[in-house]
Amino acid sequence: MAELTTTAPHAVRSAPRRRRWFRRNDIGPLEYSRKIWVQLFVGATFLMLYAPIITLVAYSFNDSRRNVVWKGFTFKYYIKAWNNDGLFEAFMNSITIAFMSTVISTILGAMVALLLWRFRFPGKAAYEGFMALPIVIPEICMGVAMLVFFARIGWPSGMPWPLNLSAITIAHIAFSFPFVAVVVRARMSGFNRELEEASKDLGASEWQTFWNVVFPFMKPGIVAGALLAFTLSLDDFVITFFTSGPDTVTFPVKVYSMVRFSVTPEVNAASTLLIVITVIATLFAMKFQAPDKGSAH
Amino acid sequence: MESWKTNRAVFWVLSLPGSFWLGFFFLTPLALIWILSFGEKTGIITIDITWTLENYIRALEPVYLEVVWKSIWISVLATVLCLALAYPMAFAISFAPGRWKPLLLMAVMLPFWINLLIRTYALIAVLRTRGYVNFTLEWFWEKADAVLTFIGLEQLELIGARFEPLPILYNNFAVIFGLVYVFMPFMVLPLYANIEKLDKSFLEASLDLGAGHWRTLRSVVVPLTMPGIVSGIILVFIPCLGSFLTPDLLGGTNAQMIGNVIERQFKAANDWPFGSALSFLLMYATFGALAIRSVLSGRQSGMEI
Amino acid sequence: MSEAIISIQNVTKRFGSVVAVDDVSFDIRPNEFFALLGPSGCGKTTLLRMISGLEIPSDGTILIDGMDTDGVPPNRRPVNMVFQSYAVFPHMTVLDNVGYGLKVVGTPKPEIEQRAREALEMVQLAELAERMPDQLSGGQRQRVALARALVKRPKVLLLDEPLSALDAKLREQMRLELAKLQESVGITFIIVTHDQDEALSMADRIAVMDGGRVSQIATPEELYESPKTRFVADFIGKVNLLDGEASRGRGNAVTVAVDGIGAFNVEDAEGVEGQVSLAIRPEKLKLSAKKPTGKDVKVQGKVVDLAYYGNASHVFLETTSGISLTANVQNDTRDFDDTLAVGDTTWVSWRATDALLLGG
Repeated sequence: MAELTTTAPHAVRSAPRRRRWFRRNDIGPLEYSRKIWVQLFVGATFLMLYAPIITLVAYSFNDSRRNVVWKGFTFKYYIKAWNNDGLFEAFMNSITIAFMSTVISTILGAMVALLLWRFRFPGKAAYEGFMALPIVIPEICMGVAMLVFFARIGWPSGMPWPLNLSAITIAHIAFSFPFVAVVVRARMSGFNRELEEASKDLGASEWQTFWNVVFPFMKPGIVAGALLAFTLSLDDFVITFFTSGPDTVTFPVKVYSMVRFSVTPEVNAASTLLIVITVIATLFAMKFQAPDKGSAH
Repeated sequence: MESWKTNRAVFWVLSLPGSFWLGFFFLTPLALIWILSFGEKTGIITIDITWTLENYIRALEPVYLEVVWKSIWISVLATVLCLALAYPMAFAISFAPGRWKPLLLMAVMLPFWINLLIRTYALIAVLRTRGYVNFTLEWFWEKADAVLTFIGLEQLELIGARFEPLPILYNNFAVIFGLVYVFMPFMVLPLYANIEKLDKSFLEASLDLGAGHWRTLRSVVVPLTMPGIVSGIILVFIPCLGSFLTPDLLGGTNAQMIGNVIERQFKAANDWPFGSALSFLLMYATFGALAIRSVLSGRQSGMEI
Repeated sequence: MSEAIISIQNVTKRFGSVVAVDDVSFDIRPNEFFALLGPSGCGKTTLLRMISGLEIPSDGTILIDGMDTDGVPPNRRPVNMVFQSYAVFPHMTVLDNVGYGLKVVGTPKPEIEQRAREALEMVQLAELAERMPDQLSGGQRQRVALARALVKRPKVLLLDEPLSALDAKLREQMRLELAKLQESVGITFIIVTHDQDEALSMADRIAVMDGGRVSQIATPEELYESPKTRFVADFIGKVNLLDGEASRGRGNAVTVAVDGIGAFNVEDAEGVEGQVSLAIRPEKLKLSAKKPTGKDVKVQGKVVDLAYYGNASHVFLETTSGISLTANVQNDTRDFDDTLAVGDTTWVSWRATDALLLGG
């Protein structure tokens, strides 16, 4: 023991000078995100998720038709896609439908959300169940139902643009507005009812209370819901596939008919553009959906 | 929440537009194909509603039962693989540092927002015979071949005389891969929501009481996140079962699922009554899955999915 | 002073089959600090919300300053409320929050600004007028809610558990401030609380509610020293409750016999007979090593536990016949420890007049 105490000061002095070959493993038992095998797994999964998309984007700039080996950077497929009348028209149709569908589904969805948030009424559970149906039933079922519906009621075809897109737009609204309702209602569930009561208590009427207190709180939900409706409409292939005719082709339907034959760089270019639009819309939606502090309490 | 009677005007203004749209443009079409499913084709475009069960009975023929069976096992396999990938992902994100969480979560969700068709198309480019997966494999084969030649083992032809690209597109494998690729985010979200809510001191308590990490995962984390697991399984299984685009583009001629058979009845085969009957069978299966979920995870509001 | 600012007459509120407020009647006087006190679910908040107009009574009448409020919506009533969560609008500045109630009734802008700033001055928040609510502390948000209600110049200010969201130190401070504020604005305050200390320290009068009914309305002193029912005695402060048998004694007095303690006279009993409860506050019990002389009620007991609270200690005793008693002893010397220990035998005594006979 005596020896140990005499050598101790020396050991302390030399400790900083000694080099560690390996940094001490200071990862705590619950710090899973710092464990190498977890990081590898997450990395590999992200690679699986993103590699195909990144490849698609990268090869829209590849100066090679066969799309396999990198031959140099070019914008020519974007110009080609732009000049491809069929592709361009389909793209514009998609955007037009998405805009019309977004406006109407947002209004309908917000109203349904307010209804379900505010009122208690007989048969409410069943009503909510029916509202959730468009969200849960398989797309293919809804698609064929729409096909039969528009054929059976004799929905006019061959109308001038943009009225010829009405059938697709109606179908898009039918599956979009329940989603908007869900988003807006989720937002409203964080609303402090006392804010509404305080407003009325301070002398505001029903209408003043709605515009001054309820609507400002609802707004982020409405924006998020609208962006969701927009991406849902742009994204939809299956339902559109069954409601579109030869002169009402949307972008996904057009791409579908093109990729049945071959993989072409024009499709890559147009797809890249659509990806950019969706990603921007999604980022906006996420920003608006982010909970703002101090709103609920 | 107030009774609708307290403010009837507001109630009707809010309820009518949405109810009309849902009733006329959604429930009516569904009702139409429900009626059609009891019909009989009498001509190219004429259908008589005879309230026959013939179409449902036809769905039990071996050729269709085989498709149903295949749809089910492909969906089950895809769901299981999704869970195997998504659980560790959700777990890792939930344990990531605070500022990383929203970023990682967004990275998982972002592909989900990108057009399904574009994502499927992107997979074709990766998986086809002259695609990148085979390209990468060929590169490895060449390196391996060079090494073998260098050490004088080329005569043994241990890895084949020349590179054979793997047939990974246009078959069941491609369909399952595509479904996993497309629906994985659906699985991560409910799992993440559940793991995130889990009080981390349960894990600490388990470790403190002497359990290892795997034991803790098995005995503490998995049971406590069961609602999320059930939700995720149903959320992935339902769209897999009803998928049409993925098997259509990635599957071969024999990799057909129920969705493709339905599509054929409404397009090429032009047999609407039979297609309608199949659609409703698919919907009943969906409702069945949802019912199982609501029984397993307790009663929840209808607007939550 | 005799006229009521708020008169509650036979008010009942039912939610489905649940009766939240059951046939309640009482008056609140002008310029009074009135407290509705009771455990959660006793109907006190429902009563307050019926005064504000946020709930409609199923039966009965509420008069505000002589006006029948039947059919009058909350925005037309001369009362304003401070909500439990304060309900400060998160998307408006402090100044806009305070001015909101004036804006919605079309008050000219300059007047709104002036009155809102005055109100903020009153609650000492003048320098935070431009802040957003999420930059405020809980206490500051409460002041905004106060200013926002007071700027409307209501006849009555309603406060729903106003201090429950604050931490203990701030709560004490706000009690004093609220009482001072009530004095300076000179209107009626009605406060709902489940905290007896809050009610006792601030209110002029308190209504104790239980199960939708009012058990007793009285000043704080009266409630504490002369509770009318077993519930009030038990809810307000600590109390020793003894079960006994009452019988008529000489004159006005009633004799109560408690098993194991004996019989003694009680005043103010108005000829009660049969099974009764006796309430004695812990601080009215005296402990002594020697048997006390005199007419006090006395019994011998053993100390089973001691709880030290700094200024005072609670001594838990058990009499030889098995009755549990709690005595409150002031720690007026530093060497309190030496005087009593668990297991000691001691005498407990109290003046017969300090024991209260309870009806309910």
